[in-house]
Amino acid sequence: MSNRLVHWFKFASPQSFYPLAGKMIPWFWALTAVFGVAGLWLSFFVAPTDATQGEGYRIIFVHVPTSWMSMFIYLVMAAWAGLGLALNTRLSGMMASALAPTGALMAFLSLWTGAFWGKPMWGTWWVWDARLTSELILFFLYLGFIALQAAIDDPRRADRAGAILALVGVVNVPIIYFSVQWWNTLHQGASVSVNKAPAMAQTMLWGMLLMALCFWMYSIAVALMRVRAIILEREAHTEWVKDLAEVKR
Amino acid sequence: MIWNSPAEFFAMGGYGLYVWGSFGVCAVAMVLEPILVGRRRNEILGSLRRERIAEELEEKEAN
Amino acid sequence: MKALLAVIRRDLLLAARRKSEVLTALFFFVIVTSLFPLGIGPEPALLKKIAPGVLWVAALLATMLGLNRLFAADHADGTLEQMVLSPTPLGLLVGGKVAAHWLVSGLPLVLLAPVLGLQFDLDAGALGVLMIALLLGTPLLSLIGAIGAALTLGVRGGGVLLSLLVLPLYVPALIFGAGAVEAHISGLGAGGHLSLLAALLALAVFFAPWATTAALRIALE
Repeated sequence: MSNRLVHWFKFASPQSFYPLAGKMIPWFWALTAVFGVAGLWLSFFVAPTDATQGEGYRIIFVHVPTSWMSMFIYLVMAAWAGLGLALNTRLSGMMASALAPTGALMAFLSLWTGAFWGKPMWGTWWVWDARLTSELILFFLYLGFIALQAAIDDPRRADRAGAILALVGVVNVPIIYFSVQWWNTLHQGASVSVNKAPAMAQTMLWGMLLMALCFWMYSIAVALMRVRAIILEREAHTEWVKDLAEVKR
Repeated sequence: MIWNSPAEFFAMGGYGLYVWGSFGVCAVAMVLEPILVGRRRNEILGSLRRERIAEELEEKEAN
Repeated sequence: MKALLAVIRRDLLLAARRKSEVLTALFFFVIVTSLFPLGIGPEPALLKKIAPGVLWVAALLATMLGLNRLFAADHADGTLEQMVLSPTPLGLLVGGKVAAHWLVSGLPLVLLAPVLGLQFDLDAGALGVLMIALLLGTPLLSLIGAIGAALTLGVRGGGVLLSLLVLPLYVPALIFGAGAVEAHISGLGAGGHLSLLAALLALAVFFAPWATTAALRIALE
């Protein structure tokens, strides 16, 4: 094993990752704020009114980023879970369980904003559109992961059982998406196609991109905060936790 | 500038409820989640501190 | 191969000793499908339209009933640990248990479905497609369900948790299974749906036992 690899493995131990995460969190909050301010400014004051959807289209500036993040976080979570199974590192499982609630929140926000977009545009809060339906099932997958981990007392077993569920889920997500798409085309009529979105102005695209970066940085920051809490909970009986400055105080 | 007055900005061309309903809930969620995580951290830190104090008291009694 | 057959025979024998459990799931299937016309109304055209979906959803729920007992008894009396330690690959033994679960709780549904389909005024062709779809789909349900059963083995609140984990994963089976019957009724032909269902089954036969054994090893640690 090369020296560099050993160097990286050092951060895979909760003890050395804890202070590192603590140092990174403020930076990610700062990035969240910067991207958030820039993204909001673009999406409310620069992006022009949409010709067909009026001002209502501005919802996509939160809807699209939350949808992206909900899917992306699931992939990252499954990657951490797989890493945990393969290398048997403790930190990987903690990262996976730290990401799950944020991912579920993103899926929920995506559904919520989707409904608030659908009401004025389609005249109904909910449409069994392929994307909305897949998002709903993704939300259920997150809930299943969280519920499974919550039901198992032994954290090591919870990590590994959750990891298998996340991997099974990640194999299934494309299948589910494809099947829902298939189902949706078979039942055309009631639903309105979302695919025919009009060509987007450049500024709208930038606004969406900046908002996506804001949500991304937010997710990292809050997941790091949560992983620090999880580390403290699980390592509560180790010497290094007892010697931490915040405990001694 | 595309808005002539703050009222126009908040009305969002008649879509006010939907636009602010979406952005508002996102904002609330993104404020609440860190607060809840912070509370979780404080809880575990609190119990760690209490444990530490209990240990110190025990040591004193032993001496 | 011998071990596989031995496991299947053993589980079938055990199931034969507890006939009531098997019958309960079957009755559940019959009752749930019979409730829908009562809730929706007896209009034949509407019933015919919802029949594939109703029968499939009822089948999903009926196979869920037996799932949490798939490994529970063997876990309780220590048989499962012996299976893990035995020289035969665990995946094979798990395959045998899943096959037995399907024979006990899946196959009867396939055989019973046409009778229930008659209640919904499905014609002979549609009933045939329904049976083929269930024949391909119910083993898929057993295979996916086994992963959930292994993950929730010995976990508190296991039964409800199991359905929360497994039902979202059943979505593709439901869509293609019910879709096959619907496509046949509307004259589109069920071939595409059935081949996709078969492809999913092939995928699950390879991957599900692997995931199930991994989950069982974790549960037994």
